[in-house]
Amino acid sequence: MQLFRIRGGVHPDDRKTLAAGRPIEPLPMPKLLHIPLQQHIGAIANPLVQRRQYVAKGERIAQAQGTVSAPIHAPTSGRIVGLGLYPANHPSGLSVRTITLQPDGKDRWHKRIQGVADPLALEPVEIAKRVADAGVVGMGGATFPSAVKLGLGKRYQLSTLVINGSECEPYLTCDDQLMREQAEAIVDGARIMARALGVDRLLFGIEGNKPEALVAMQRATAELAGADVVRLPMRYPMGSEKHLVQTLTGKETPARGLTADIGVVVHNPATAFAVHEALRFGRPLVSRVISITGGAISTPKNLRVLIGTKIEDLIEHCGRFREDPERLIAGGPMMGQPIPELRVPVMKGTNGILALTAAETGKREPQPCIRCGSCVQACPCGLVPLGMAAHVRTGDLDGAVATGLMDCIGCGSCAYVCPAHIPLVQFFNHAKGELAARGRAKQKQTETKRLAEHRARRLEAQKRAKREAMAKRKREAEAKKQAEAKAQAESERQTEAKAQAEAERQTEANQQVMAANEAEARIKPRTESLTKHGLEQRLKQAPESNQDQAVAEAQAC
Amino acid sequence: MLDSPLLASPHAHAPVSISRTMGLVLLALLPATLLGLWQFGWPAILLFSATLTAALLFEALALILGGKPLRASLMDGSALLTGWLLVMTLPPWAPWWIGVLGAFIAIIVGKQVFGGLGQNLFNPAMVARVVLLVSFPLEMTQWIGPQPLFFAQTPGLNDGLAISLDGLSAPWDAMSGASILGQVDLILQQGGDLAAATPELFAPLTALLGGIPGSLGETSALLLLLGGLFLIRKGVIDWVIPVAVLLGVAVPASLLHLLDPARFAGPLLHLLAGATLLTAFFIATDPVTSPVSRLGQAVFGAGAGLLIYLIRTFGAYPEGAAFAILLMNAATPMIDHYIKPRIFGRDRHGRPLPVAGDAAQERQR
Repeated sequence: MQLFRIRGGVHPDDRKTLAAGRPIEPLPMPKLLHIPLQQHIGAIANPLVQRRQYVAKGERIAQAQGTVSAPIHAPTSGRIVGLGLYPANHPSGLSVRTITLQPDGKDRWHKRIQGVADPLALEPVEIAKRVADAGVVGMGGATFPSAVKLGLGKRYQLSTLVINGSECEPYLTCDDQLMREQAEAIVDGARIMARALGVDRLLFGIEGNKPEALVAMQRATAELAGADVVRLPMRYPMGSEKHLVQTLTGKETPARGLTADIGVVVHNPATAFAVHEALRFGRPLVSRVISITGGAISTPKNLRVLIGTKIEDLIEHCGRFREDPERLIAGGPMMGQPIPELRVPVMKGTNGILALTAAETGKREPQPCIRCGSCVQACPCGLVPLGMAAHVRTGDLDGAVATGLMDCIGCGSCAYVCPAHIPLVQFFNHAKGELAARGRAKQKQTETKRLAEHRARRLEAQKRAKREAMAKRKREAEAKKQAEAKAQAESERQTEAKAQAEAERQTEANQQVMAANEAEARIKPRTESLTKHGLEQRLKQAPESNQDQAVAEAQAC
Repeated sequence: MLDSPLLASPHAHAPVSISRTMGLVLLALLPATLLGLWQFGWPAILLFSATLTAALLFEALALILGGKPLRASLMDGSALLTGWLLVMTLPPWAPWWIGVLGAFIAIIVGKQVFGGLGQNLFNPAMVARVVLLVSFPLEMTQWIGPQPLFFAQTPGLNDGLAISLDGLSAPWDAMSGASILGQVDLILQQGGDLAAATPELFAPLTALLGGIPGSLGETSALLLLLGGLFLIRKGVIDWVIPVAVLLGVAVPASLLHLLDPARFAGPLLHLLAGATLLTAFFIATDPVTSPVSRLGQAVFGAGAGLLIYLIRTFGAYPEGAAFAILLMNAATPMIDHYIKPRIFGRDRHGRPLPVAGDAAQERQR
């Protein structure tokens, strides 16, 4: 198959030999599992269980909220012992809502767990629904709910599903090992996803440094029409979705767009495996394969780990540290995040734990930029990182955006090759965070403004209503006066005309008075309530207090 | 380890650093330099030592005055390289103070007043060379043929000291003469036929191996070429600028030589004589003062090459490389402003690429 060249990129030392070829082994049952409710992009899941409740393996313990969200299931059978805040596997080290589960050691599946005999016969919508119910998210690290991505076929003209087995991050071998051991299952999962997307072209892209995985996947797809296993050149960031698609199809995803814009959807092999498990056996996503590796780890391993296992337990199982690590990373060395402390749990998107030695990180003090342009040559997105960093350094975020900050994928190629060791990604992340904060502030401002204008309009309307009411009252009072004057004139005229019969005249006059009284009685209660003071009171109270509350809310958010 | 501050990725780094870059450039310069020092003997060695020492001292002085860390900046090798490149372009028997003054101009005026490493607009060594050339035309144009060490007629240490301290005087001044490019200029001024004179004047093999009169470090084209190829191989410099410079010199030289061989010297002479190769591989490739994008570098290199040829052929200075470099340095910010790589997913104007069919409608919604 013809491949296309991508721009830039780097060739980091892949260091895969540390953990490559080590069979996936299950981790012994941990004593406690800490299952965060936020393991995916989107809204946090809502807990469905209570303390001391007994749950079976695969039982849903938290449900998705909104369209972009994912449910969470019990990784094993046991008792819920906590429902509260626990440090997240996030560089901030902040706490998130977490369910703590004490395994009973039986690892007993929930009785309602049941697969579909022929998932390939299901309607696409039904497949997406089952994937959503299984809590499957993108397992390459992005953790975007997979079902949402499987629904793209409804809105885009799709042609191809790409399984991204490039695993271009150095060190990581979890996808490699999974493809070697579970090639059939991955192909099956990919076929189910292709069915959901309505595409019949299936591409498996695997970098050339994984020959065994290539062979295994080729064998598993040999009989399958429309499927190809493609040996990708080894270049970071080959696994970047848009760059992978460009390599395979020669087509470039438009800026700010999705690969679906050019008819391609990309999923990770581990996600395909999870889809296979969910559809064939009804098993939700409760465990994943993780590479525990790095020069400071005694015995690097690939482990199948229950979601919620403490990172401490993994490192313990790998014989702890050979030497004190300089850095502990969740994910790969190019885009991974520092781990704040060892007790944080494994999440659905955790693909690797790296303990790196000082020699491996190659850290040095930053020096001045010598404008060598290495970063420009390395950038796979055609940016000028040194120029963007100069803008950010002076606080000129608009300048940074104008030169392409938002097109930066944060791959770190620029910082990797910088001879001055300038932390370019740090600059860009800082700017992106600052811009996001500004965006929120601006949104708050416009919302406040909108509400304030709304309030002004309503007050104006109320004033107008008040004026109109006053005018109406005046008119009515005038009308009454006229009616009275008329009545009086009539009676005077009648008095003057003495030829009329007394009794008759008397009755008529009484009737007139009665009618006038009735009219007055009709008007009186309203006039009373519409006295100036009373009116203002009423106008002020209810609607305005609502208004103020809304403004306060807008400011708070 | 765990209480380290928040660190952005990447957590690995290519085995590169500024000091490694500078060190490799120095290493690449070493063969041509050693040949030059051997060929021109003690006066050259003294000039070389004086210039490099002065460059380091001026750098240290500026760092102390600026309150910057002394050790890290001195150890990055940039000041050493600036002094080294400067001395490579000086007449080998120039007096010591030419080198020291040049180091002052290069380090203080050319680099540190701009803010130090990475901040200067112009190549410091070339700034110094041009100031010296304009200020001291006599000392800066006294070229001598090679007088290798350890031969009977070469000046010993004592004579070398005398030359370095007092300038060229009898009997040594008899050895001085014009460089090849100077001689070409002279022949043309006298209305001579260049085509007839060239074979006697210029032997390509001699120029390739060294052994022609010229600046301290530019005599052997071969060693400079090997040094440059070594840098490209090591990834320290890109091939774009050197190739563009050489083409920028060779193409117009070939064209005009074909038109009128009597008036215009051929491309081989222009490539091998003077500072062409030193400029192409070591001076035009200075990262600080050259553009950052590949296309920009091509424009920069071709412009520099063309200017070298034009200044040599039509200008007042037969050795025009330094002027050409400074002119292109001045154009670098503009080149970088207008010539940028195309951003992924966008066209040359920065607009997102068009989306076809349904997806486009979806996007509009």
